[in-house]
Amino acid sequence: MTALPPPSAKKLGLVIDLDTCVGCQACATSCKEWNTGGYSAPLSDFDPYGADPHGTWLNRVHSYETGDGDTSRTVHFPRSCLQCETPACVTVCPTGASYKRAEDGIVLVNPDTCIGCKLCSWACAYGAREYDYADGIMKKCTLCVDRIYNEHIPEEDRIPACVRACPTGARHFGDLGDIDSDVSRLVAARGGYDLLPEMGFKPVNKYLPPRPKRDASTSPLARSEMNASEPAHVTGSALEKLFAFADKLLTR
Amino acid sequence: MHKHPPARDGMNAAASVMARRHDEPHVALSVPPADEIKTTTCYMCACRCGIQVHLKDGKVRYIDGNRAHPVNRGVICGKGAAGIMQHNSPARLRAPLLRTGERGSGEFKEISWDEALALATEWMGEVRARDPKRFAFYTGRDQSQSLTGWWAMQYGTPNFAAHGGFCSVNMAAGGLYTFGGSFWEFGEPDWDHTKYFLLFGVAEDHGSNPIKIGLGKLKGRGAKVVSINPIRTGYNAIADEWIGLKPGTDGLFVGALIHELFRTGNIDLDYLVRYTNAPWLVIRDPGARDDGLFARDANGQPLCFDKLSKTLVAANRVDIAPALTGDYQLADGRAAVPSFRLLAERFLSAEYAPATVAAECGIGADTIVRVAAEIADVAFRQTVTLPIAWTDWAGRRHQEITGRPVSMHAMRGISAHSNGFQTCRMLHVLQIVLGTIDVPGGFRYKAPYPKTAPPANKPAGKHEHIRPNTPLPGMHLGFVASPADLLVDENGAPSRLDKAFSWDAPLAAHGLMHMAITNAGLADPYAIDVLFLYMANMAWNSSMNIAATHGYLTDKNADGTYKIGKIIYSDAYASEMVAYADLILPDTTYLERFDCISLLDRPISDPNGPADAIRHPIVAPDRDVRAFQDVLIDLGARLKLPGFVTVDGKAKYPGGYPDYIVNHERTPGIGPLAGWRGKGGEQFGIGEVNPDQLDRYIENGAFHIYHLPPSQQYMKHANAEYLAFAKSVGFTGSTDPIIFQLYSEPLQKFRLAARGHGDVQPPNTHRHRIERYFDPLPFWYAPFEGTLIDEHAYPMHAITQRPMAMYHSWGSQNAWLRQIHTANRLYIARVRAAKLGIVDDDWVWISSHIGRVKCQVKVMDGVNPDTVWTWNAIGKRRGAWALDDDAPEAKQGFLLNHLIAELLPARADGYRYSNSDPVTGQAAWYDLRVDVKKCSHDEPPETAPRFEPTASPVPAAKVAVSDFGRAFNRERT
Repeated sequence: MTALPPPSAKKLGLVIDLDTCVGCQACATSCKEWNTGGYSAPLSDFDPYGADPHGTWLNRVHSYETGDGDTSRTVHFPRSCLQCETPACVTVCPTGASYKRAEDGIVLVNPDTCIGCKLCSWACAYGAREYDYADGIMKKCTLCVDRIYNEHIPEEDRIPACVRACPTGARHFGDLGDIDSDVSRLVAARGGYDLLPEMGFKPVNKYLPPRPKRDASTSPLARSEMNASEPAHVTGSALEKLFAFADKLLTR
Repeated sequence: MHKHPPARDGMNAAASVMARRHDEPHVALSVPPADEIKTTTCYMCACRCGIQVHLKDGKVRYIDGNRAHPVNRGVICGKGAAGIMQHNSPARLRAPLLRTGERGSGEFKEISWDEALALATEWMGEVRARDPKRFAFYTGRDQSQSLTGWWAMQYGTPNFAAHGGFCSVNMAAGGLYTFGGSFWEFGEPDWDHTKYFLLFGVAEDHGSNPIKIGLGKLKGRGAKVVSINPIRTGYNAIADEWIGLKPGTDGLFVGALIHELFRTGNIDLDYLVRYTNAPWLVIRDPGARDDGLFARDANGQPLCFDKLSKTLVAANRVDIAPALTGDYQLADGRAAVPSFRLLAERFLSAEYAPATVAAECGIGADTIVRVAAEIADVAFRQTVTLPIAWTDWAGRRHQEITGRPVSMHAMRGISAHSNGFQTCRMLHVLQIVLGTIDVPGGFRYKAPYPKTAPPANKPAGKHEHIRPNTPLPGMHLGFVASPADLLVDENGAPSRLDKAFSWDAPLAAHGLMHMAITNAGLADPYAIDVLFLYMANMAWNSSMNIAATHGYLTDKNADGTYKIGKIIYSDAYASEMVAYADLILPDTTYLERFDCISLLDRPISDPNGPADAIRHPIVAPDRDVRAFQDVLIDLGARLKLPGFVTVDGKAKYPGGYPDYIVNHERTPGIGPLAGWRGKGGEQFGIGEVNPDQLDRYIENGAFHIYHLPPSQQYMKHANAEYLAFAKSVGFTGSTDPIIFQLYSEPLQKFRLAARGHGDVQPPNTHRHRIERYFDPLPFWYAPFEGTLIDEHAYPMHAITQRPMAMYHSWGSQNAWLRQIHTANRLYIARVRAAKLGIVDDDWVWISSHIGRVKCQVKVMDGVNPDTVWTWNAIGKRRGAWALDDDAPEAKQGFLLNHLIAELLPARADGYRYSNSDPVTGQAAWYDLRVDVKKCSHDEPPETAPRFEPTASPVPAAKVAVSDFGRAFNRERT
């Protein structure tokens, strides 16, 4: 069993905006692409051209519907490790391979000491761990630890590949331990929330809820106002009214 | 959509009682991600984003977006980030192939390039010397149409087009005939200022990243997003409001919005008077040869009534106050009215009242009334003013620009219906009456647009143009302005194989590629001896009625020869089409070749300036393949086509495509690339050839953008500075303002021809159709298929859309993307499914008037209850794409194409029109009507129809496990 370090001041994580995610899978394939050649290499694929193509992905996007009738909506839900503050995946690890970094709170697996026992994937409430059957070890989101401190990468690109890719800007990366950080402010402004807070793992990653819909139920306008410049006294058919409205001196 | 997998059981964290502390292992945080980073242009779809390709050990390690690029600003999509798997696909063709078995068998032998090119030259050369129209050249997702079209012009066949006829020509033509622009490559919403955005129909597949970036901006700013779409997936899922109307009824919805705006006087009259033909006088003289045309002065200028002088004057004068209403008498005593009056009568009629259209649209009238009210509120009470000084067409200086911040986007959802052209026109009329074209918050043109409405270039390929060994006098595709421009003979017979620019499809600005195989197979209007296709899966998901298409491709004459004499095909991959060709010219992947994204073609411009781009070889091919454009230029030289050989008959571009890109001049000083022209690279647009031009592009990230000064960024249609710039670089032929054609005179000219006027008239059999659909004002009519078949037997609409992570059939060879979409389902509304006794995972037969398909169902809420839909092009044929025979794409995947007729049911005299828009010839594959019935229990749970497998032209992939990336991680710890 593995101990957690003292809580870090710095809590790196993601903020994912469910109001803006269109489910395009850019974060999923960018993650796969970076990480299959990075710290977690390889992210193996099985039967890639056959009957049951499947593989190791550290980030997956699920699209599904929730609610019924008027409350029904389509949700695009990106799912990856939430870098919990008290991650059961670490504490169950028998070899210390799973660990939480003291410096920034990122949860990593040491590929050299992981024995592939899968206890951590059973312990994770979020289904965020991915066992690589070819490599025989567990893999997970590293927050692109090999990008975010990488001196060979331009500073603006020292962010996780998924955040770098996201076309709608639905993914944000930063220090959620710093209440003044952009991500913390975003969470505060938009009511960002934890997944399954009742489980007590204290996820660092936050999700921003969809904004309230602005449809018939909330629109202040039921009918168009007549254009203020329309002569009020004109009566007759809609056509006559329009022509009276349009019959003014219009210069080019 | 994917099923949310069940969450795994959590384990209690209390087990940490026994915990030990380990020292943290060393992690290599700063491994160089690449030995070298090269920038180029993506080709995982047609969006053409800038990418950075990270190379390690000479191999592609990682691809991300180029932050400096005007299209994607650094982001990348799900497809683009999976480009490595496309580049490494086992489905890549490896060498030229010559058919050895029967056509369709997939049996080939590898041959050398010398043999392949000699054969192609022999086949093509013989036809060119005999009857060049019996050679047809169609390209699919090609992005080098200015080369391919020019090549076909030099060859001298009238039969050339790209895939626009079955893609979105209605959108392009509807816009170009109305306001000299359109969406996507032609223009886009002002994402930075719009406050109300209407997204019509399937849009996920074009302008991919720009729309996503734009939606992100709208969401961030709190602009309202309204989606009008039968299906609530993708972008529609994040809309503030989803209006799930019935397919093909968008025109009614838009017409009712115009009705409401007219009824309440919420239109921009000043804008109409300044920038549109609303005041132009339309002759009212029923029966006359010019009834319905514009009254013109002796100089040909349209007239209007000036309220200041109370006389009829040229409408282009500055010092007048044109009337929009009233009845006027022309000098010859005849009556005329401003076209606005006719527009108002059309849309204020009860036909377009919300209460009238609501049921047909499948939505509430109150929704239409409210949306119109919201649009009016934003347009007229929440205007946006930018402090940008500009000079208008009349030379007047303005210190600011005020816009009405309502914007729209539409693409295939509106386009792929037989009423698409007129619906697109109506959508643009809505934009124009609101005054939202090229203003802050509205729609913004991208150079080289706007052009005159319609653009001035006319199609070449009349019968008299077609002579042995002789080029055509002009390019194939253009804009017909009157019947005299049609490519028909004196009897009205088409000169083109696909019948583009004939009475069947007079304004077929992109041709009708979807009819090429059918017409060639039926020898209607004539037979084809050599069919040359590039990058188009016409034996599968790009054709309607696939079984019939296979028949046309393989039918033989009595003497055993094929009816379509020879078929030459170029593709980079083992697509379904490969098996139907006689000769295969294998192409490279997008990371192995030069490409040119040209302003002469389909550029990547930004509203703030014209842009173009290239691809260049990032890695060398490891197979015996050649870039198609190199091969085409080589064939041009072998055939001694003018333009491809020097005066002494030698190859003019011995360096292939890069040589052509740099040195070809279409007109003096204008070539494929607009950036860094002139000897020293100092000129934009026009200038001498610069031998270092490609190097400049490569240094700059493989693109060039010219930044318009702020004074030219808006009101381009009437902006004196912009218009002068556009003329100076050859975008337009004149600096005259571009006047929006609410009322379309070219259409009325066709109507008059149908009424018996003019030298070129439709044969009697076409008159009624031309009369009805060439209405000079946009109108809605029911999509054809539903009116020609028994609607009660086929009560539902069926449409497809492309998933955001896939692009056509290309995605299914991609080891990563096919894990996301491995098979497709038929999605049906929960309420409808309940009525039919259908539940999730049931197998059903979906049938149309020409056939049936068996597939598996997924029930959902977010779909119009009269509509079923599925993902496009997931279904695959066994033997193609190097997939195993038991791949889900072939077993559980399916295509709706089997249900879509390429020809409409026969007219009374037996003639069959193509299943297309009657104006433009756009394939009407969203008109499909179907019935859905549950399968019986004894039917096997696999999709039907299933075709016999073809032999694979490439070795089976046979990959049990891919550990791609392992080689890159040696410095991990």
